[in-house]
Parts: sequence; C-alpha cells; structure tokens
Amino acid sequence: MPDSAPAFRPDFIRVENFSFHYGEKQAIFDIDMAIPEHRVTALIGPSGCGKSTLLRNMNRMNDLIEGVRHEGDIRLNGTSLYDPSVEVISLRKRVGMVFQKYNPFAKSIYENVVFSLRVAGRSKKSELDETVERALKAAALWDEVKDRLHDSAFGLSGGQQQRLCIARAIANQPEILLMDEPCAALDPLATLKIEELITKLKKQYTIVIVTHNMEQATRCSDRTAFLYMGRLIEYGETVQVFENPAHPETEAYITGRFS
Amino acid sequence: MQTGPNNQATPFATTGRSRRGEPWIWLTAGGLALGIAMALGLFLLILIKGTASFWPGRIELMEVSIDGKTELIAGYITQETERRDGEGKLHEEIQIFRGNKDLNGEAFKYIDRANILKSSRPESLLLVERLEFGPAIVHGVAVETPQGRIEVASPDFMPALETMLRQGAEARGRLLKIERKQIGAISRELEALGRAEKTGAVAAPTAASRREVLQKDFERLQAQAAEIRAEVSKSRFLGRSADGREITVESGALLGVFESNRASFAGRVGEMAHRIWKFLKDDPREANTEGGVFPAIFGTVIMTLVMSLFVTPFGVITAIYLREYASQGLFVRIVRVCVNNLAGVPSIVFGVFGLAFFVYFVGGKIDQALFSDKLPTPTYGTPGIFWASLTLALLTLPVVIVATEEALSAVPRGVREAALACGASKWQTIQRVVLPASLPGILTGVILAMARGAGEVAPLMLVGVVKLAPSLPIDDIAPFIHPERKFMHLGFHIYDLGFQSPDAEAAKPIVYATALLLIIVVVTLNLAAILIRNRLKKRFATSSF
Repeated sequence: MPDSAPAFRPDFIRVENFSFHYGEKQAIFDIDMAIPEHRVTALIGPSGCGKSTLLRNMNRMNDLIEGVRHEGDIRLNGTSLYDPSVEVISLRKRVGMVFQKYNPFAKSIYENVVFSLRVAGRSKKSELDETVERALKAAALWDEVKDRLHDSAFGLSGGQQQRLCIARAIANQPEILLMDEPCAALDPLATLKIEELITKLKKQYTIVIVTHNMEQATRCSDRTAFLYMGRLIEYGETVQVFENPAHPETEAYITGRFS
Repeated sequence: MQTGPNNQATPFATTGRSRRGEPWIWLTAGGLALGIAMALGLFLLILIKGTASFWPGRIELMEVSIDGKTELIAGYITQETERRDGEGKLHEEIQIFRGNKDLNGEAFKYIDRANILKSSRPESLLLVERLEFGPAIVHGVAVETPQGRIEVASPDFMPALETMLRQGAEARGRLLKIERKQIGAISRELEALGRAEKTGAVAAPTAASRREVLQKDFERLQAQAAEIRAEVSKSRFLGRSADGREITVESGALLGVFESNRASFAGRVGEMAHRIWKFLKDDPREANTEGGVFPAIFGTVIMTLVMSLFVTPFGVITAIYLREYASQGLFVRIVRVCVNNLAGVPSIVFGVFGLAFFVYFVGGKIDQALFSDKLPTPTYGTPGIFWASLTLALLTLPVVIVATEEALSAVPRGVREAALACGASKWQTIQRVVLPASLPGILTGVILAMARGAGEVAPLMLVGVVKLAPSLPIDDIAPFIHPERKFMHLGFHIYDLGFQSPDAEAAKPIVYATALLLIIVVVTLNLAAILIRNRLKKRFATSSF
C-alpha cells in the first residue's frame, strides 16, 4: 500500500501563513496547514469562505485574475510555488485539476486525454496510446469508451465527461490532483462513481477536494478542513471533525444550521 | 388567496391592454412580413425577368400603317404598354424587337396597336445571331458556298447552313489562337527584347537578328490569318428582311440561326438552355450588350476569394490580440469603437484610400523597385484586381474582427482553465482549444464579409474594375497569375449595362440576367462557406455554438 510506504510525507503541501486578496477584498486570512501525501483532504465551508480560492492557488490558477496579490507561501514538497524560478507551466504539469463543471475540449475523447502530453511536445503514437488506455482505465471510463475513442467528447453523458476530465488531469501523471466540487453538476449515480474513483486514485495521487456535500466529505476524505469567512477554523482527521468538532461554528455548519 | 364567487378578484386577473394577451405582436409580425414580402418580391422580379430574357418567343410579322403608308415589320414583342396622348386619348402600344440594326439604326420600335392591320407568324422567319450589329430577323433566302448556291426551298438548306455554322466557329477558333496567342507571344517577346536592349542585357546585333526572325514569324501568321478570313468570306448566308431588303452574313460572322416560329416547345427549351450556357461562357460583345459575362463572373469570384484570403488571417489575428492578450483598458475600448465605426465608413472612401495608398503608394514603390525597366508604363502602380481585393479586405475587416471577438469570448472560461491546468501555455490554449472551438463563429464572420465584399461596387471603380477587360487575371500565359490586371465585375457590369450602355433597351434583359447571376454567385460562395462551417461543426457536435 503506497500510504504505508516510507515515502509518505505528512506535509507534502504546506500552506504557510497564506493570505490572498482580490483587489481590495481579502479572501483568505493567514491560513496555515499541512496536507499529507496520498491522502484525500476535503475543504468544506459555506459559499464564499475561500475554499475554492485556496484550492486554485495550489496550481496558481488565480494568477489569471487581474489585481490579485498574496502574502505568505504555499510549498509543494518543500518548493515554494511563488519562487521566481518556478515556471507556472511546469508547476501545472505536477498539479492536475478537475473543475466543478465538466469541461472537455471540442476534440475527440482520445485527443482530450492526451492534451497534456501534446502541449508538452510529446507525440509518439505508442506513448499516447498507452497513456490513453492507462488514464481512462484509472478514471474507470475505458470499458465504456474504448470502441469510440475518436468520437467527439461531447457525445458522452455528464458523468462520463467528468470522468474524462479526470482522465485528462491524470494523463501526464501529476503528483497532486485538485478537485473543485467535481460532483456539483452530476446526478447521484455519477457522483457515486466519481467518489469510488477518488478513493481508488489516492493510492497514486495526493488529492485535495472542495465539496459542499457533507456526506461526500465523510465518505471519501481522510482529512477535513473547515473554512469560514476566509479563515481556517478547524482541520483534522475527517472522523474527528465530523463526530467531535472542536469549534461551535464547525458543528453548526456540519449539522446544517447554516450554510 | 381569495376564492370568492366573483372571479374578477382572483390574483391572476389581468387588466388593461394586456387582457387580450400580448398587445404588439401584430406589429412585430407585420414588420417581419413586410421584410419577407419585399425580399421575396425583389428576388422574384429578378428571377422572372432574368430567366425570361433567355426564352425564345415567336416572331410576329405585322402589316403596319405608318403615316398613311403600309410597312411590313417583323420582330419579337418585348413589352405592351399604354400611353395617353396630348388629347387624353388612350393608346395601346407594343414595343417590338426587330433587330437588323444595320438597316434600321435602332433595334426597338414602338407601334400603336390600332395601326396594326394584319399579323402572322410565318415559319420562314429566322433569328440570325451575328458578330456585329446584333441579331438579324430575316426570311432565309439561300446559302452560298464555294460549291454553289442552295436556295431555302431545297431540303439541303438547313444541313448546309449547319455545316457553315460549324466551319465558321472553327475558323473563329483558329483565328483567335493565331491572333491572341501566337501573335500576342511575338509582341510580348519584342517588347521584352526592347527592354533588354535598353538595359544592355542583350547586345544590339543579337537583338536585331532575333527581331528579324520574329518579324518573319509575325508576317507568316498574319498571312495565315488573312487566308482563313478569305476562306470564310467565300461562304455566306443570304437573307431578306421583312420589308424586302437584303442582309448578307459571312460565315465567319455567323454565330447561330434559330427557327423561332418553327421550333417545338422542346426546341425552344433547348434554345433557352443554349442561350444561358452562352451567356455564362462567352465574352461580351458590342459594348457588352451582346454575348456573355464570363469575364465578369470570373473576376467577381477571384476577387472575392483573394479578398477572403487576406481578410481572414488579418482579422483573426487582430481579434485574438484584442480579446486575448491586450489588457482591457481604455485604449482597447477606443480601438474597439474605431473598428466598429470602420464598418460604417462609406465604401467609396475605402476606394479613395485604396487608390491613394495601395495603387499609387505601394504600387508605385513596387514599380520603382521591380519594374523600373517598364516605367513610365506602370505595372502595379495602376488599378488592378490585387489592389481591389486588398481594398475590399480592408472594407470587410471590421466584420471579421467583430465576429471573431464574439466567437472567442463565447468560449467558456472553464475550457480555457482546463487547458491551462493541463500545463498548456496561453498560446497553446488559444491555438489548440480556443480557436477550434470558435472556428464556426469565425467562419460566420468570413461568410458575412464575403457577402458584403462580393456585392460591393463603388470602391472597385477606383481600384481596378473596368467595363471590358481584354484578358482574365488568371490565364495560360506565363506567369499565369496576373494580380496587376484590371478585371470585370458583375456588379459593375450591371451598372455599366443599365446606365452607360448606348442602347439601354437592348441591355435591359441582360441587366436582369446579370443581377440574377450576381445573386447566384454570392449565394454560391456563401453556401460553400456555410457547408465548410457545418462540416467543422459536425465534427464536434453540440458545443458552445
């Protein structure tokens, strides 16, 4: 089991006194947390609490927005993401991302999966074929699409499209997989499949997932962080956070008294 | 909620004007109906008038009393009108096309119906197409060949006439080859020789001896041409007009004979198809009022394609920078307003700009740099199809930019983020994800630009369109593509026929036919582009478009 392997690092991702501003508005206040390797860490909290902002900083997706600034640091296996020598493009190759709304490209299933290889300049047919099979199998989609790999990705169902997006995110074998409410746009059955997949994928990847769904957090995460108004209120083992929350706000949120 | 017996008190009751439903639907629907009616009316008018001009009617032979004298007139009835004279009396008039411009001076004549004494359709009347003076309407008399004379009564008359027509067409083909191609090649070489001699590339004695050889060739070809001419002048068609005057057409000038009054319905349909075909493939004759419009079709299509070739990449890369790279500040907003306003600038202004910038400035510089040996005769420093295409590319640029910008901004943010999250650079994201997704929208812009560009005439008059271009911009003479040449355009052809023609009545049917053709050409170009777009769309069914 990889999670019992000696390479297990408890602070694989280290968020250090991190604050983040959208222009005048501060979204994250001085968060400090360590995310362990080969674990699923869930970020929960009410809308606007900063959980997505935090997640999107882990692959510097927020760089695209104008007028943002940050204080503190996020370290990936010891390396600062904001180090001037870090190239955003190579960083994003190490950190895959799955979005709330499934967003396959206007390409074939095959081309969707190998996109990250293509942009990295790798185009050996055998390597691409191998990657497609491996990624689609890992995303539990291979059996459903193996006969129509060259059809448009838009022909798939919503759940299949989201699993295709997961396959696309893991095709280039990143170390970390960020998931921003990956099941928000899916029906319960498709959600169940994605959750099973998450549990399977943590053997290979370190997963950080943002979710609004409490059951989902309990079902598939190992650790849970509760954010509220941009601050980290509580962070610990999922079982402990849900069964024995230390803070009254956490308890209020997970029992559904506010959202 | 109240549920009393008085249902007026229900909370969903409506009041006032909207009680009868939506009040102004009829107005909006009426606007649409009016628009459709006008568009349909215009199209039907052009369609009917345009195709009717090819339909071969029957020739009427009429006995008409004019100023007390009786005259015989034969011709096609082209129009029936009413005219009120000075005393308020109503006259029914007919306009007839009687041809024979060489005899009568004018091909059309108005006749008061009251003056027609007798009317018949004798089968002996023929419509004779010839190279000069427009068609003739005559009774056939005979054909004269070197082998002898065959009278119209003889059963050999029609076969002999057909042989003569074939021989005439063949002789014209040979003459064209000798005069345009072979003699043309000699004169081009002579010209080049002169220039080479002037610059010292060829020594004077060498040039002189070559010139002698060319001169000999030229004389030999001229002799050949004269021989062909002499041969075709030996055969001729003899006819007699309705009023008894002789008309002779040499076989070289005889294009076709049609037995209007004898032809069956199928024969007339065949003749109509034949006329349409000739209209499409022939060069214009006699100040464009006779013959076909092929050079104008060719010029329109080539110009539109070259224009699209320039405007598409230029517009797309401009829009990519504006939308994707430029920071969206005040400057970009101003640029965007300017681009939109550019679309509202009158097209003739673009023509003036094209003439000043492309033709005189850029063309003049090219001439100085590359064709200085030909100066002062300009090569590129004169209006031509290339400059016309560039001017129209500029004119249609805003359409492509605006459409491309809209298509780019319609690509969902999520898709861009997904590409970036896969480790794509910004350019890779644009090139591999954003552009393919916005391609249908971009092509819509190109289609609109083509539709606008193909129908534009005013700026072309300044930058390259002419009434009659002696040669096409693409032909079999090296270097095959001649972007500096002047060209003909269907839109300008309509204007030229309708308003600049010496014989407006004769040109009227061709105006309609040309207008119909212009519409067909524009629709065909657009359909081709739409087909390409739909094929692209189908490859990725159901996208954001």
